Amino acid sequence: MYTQALNASDPSSAPAEDAAALARFQARIDAEERIEANDWMPGAYRRTLIRQISQHAHSEIIGMQPEGNFLTRAPSLRRKAALLAKIQDEGGHGLYLYAAAETLGVAREELTDQLHTGRAKYSSIFNYPTLSWADIGAIGWLVDGAAIMNQIPLCRCSYGPYARAMIRICREESFHQRQGFEIMLSLVRGTEEQKAMAQDALDRWWWPCLMMFGPPDAESTHSDQSMRWKIKRFSNDALRQKFVDATVPQGHYLGLRFPDSRLRFDAATGHWQHGPIDWSEFSRVLAGDGPCNRERLENRRAAHAKGAWVREAALAFAAKQRVRKEAA
Amino acid sequence: MTEQKMPLWEVFIRSRNGMAHRHVGSVHAADAELALQAARDVYTRRGEGLSIWVVPSIAITASDPGDKESLFEPTASKIYRHPTFYDVPDEVGHM
Repeated sequence: MYTQALNASDPSSAPAEDAAALARFQARIDAEERIEANDWMPGAYRRTLIRQISQHAHSEIIGMQPEGNFLTRAPSLRRKAALLAKIQDEGGHGLYLYAAAETLGVAREELTDQLHTGRAKYSSIFNYPTLSWADIGAIGWLVDGAAIMNQIPLCRCSYGPYARAMIRICREESFHQRQGFEIMLSLVRGTEEQKAMAQDALDRWWWPCLMMFGPPDAESTHSDQSMRWKIKRFSNDALRQKFVDATVPQGHYLGLRFPDSRLRFDAATGHWQHGPIDWSEFSRVLAGDGPCNRERLENRRAAHAKGAWVREAALAFAAKQRVRKEAA
Repeated sequence: MTEQKMPLWEVFIRSRNGMAHRHVGSVHAADAELALQAARDVYTRRGEGLSIWVVPSIAITASDPGDKESLFEPTASKIYRHPTFYDVPDEVGHM
């Protein structure tokens, strides 16, 4: 689902690359051609994409955990089936994205290792806890809603394998947001307690969702290069504004209040204006000090370690079968 | 522990009866049977296919993008390979 603040270009710019090759490459980009795996590309383009795509993949994989927390406690079979399908999709999306990153010449094992050792980041949003069932609704409605805003332009990313993975992901993800909104709608039409749960979830998830779009444009490093390379098509602030404009009326339809006393509709611009975002919280969570960072990584590492014997046994079995076949 | 790398497989799916298999992506798996299962889980969660092929990625030989011009450019000049190259009077009707 989610890239965020992960879309900065690689700062370590490449050693002198052939100026003519660079110009040809930029001309292809400007002509809206797609770059494919074996095509020549600048080293920094490759590194930027490996980082962005793999961190997007990590976000999908880590993103399975907050929702998994409620899988055994979903209030009905309908909700449980939908939640399970959504989590499976996220696993699938992670795999499409890892495969796209691998086309750039990095091994899956290396990417997994980067996540497990904390060298690679993932979206800060997944370091917040899911405290009640309403959070599952809020994640679908808000977190997936924010993710979709980010992801739709990525379907036109200049790197072909990434763009194709995103097209597939966007198509599958449209149900995620709707199922979340439906959960919220059921809660606000329920008892006073259920309404309060929905309000509490919005109160806790709103600001972290606005942070998903990354730092304000004025402070966003290196995003100009990503724009020139058409990896990124819209600025962080532009996407955030689109999300706010789309989401505020939905929240009002639910009869909920946004936890922002400065939120107001600006008739002159036709946009909803939000109050200031606490970027120190964002930096803290991204740096590893959010409510659930350690738990999320520990779970991931443990799952990987516990699966080691399965991978080893499957490889050993395949090797044995190969030997037998050759002998026969 | 240095883990042995899981082999990579390319996945092709026939979406409907009468259609060709089309490349959809790749999976890692120890052998062909597990690759088929992984491909089924990853690429057909919404009835995308009726048949799956998995092929070891190392078995694929690809043309070099650098050779694009020498391989494909000559066909652009052979306009006589297209039906519109030939003049047939309108009275003759559709041909």
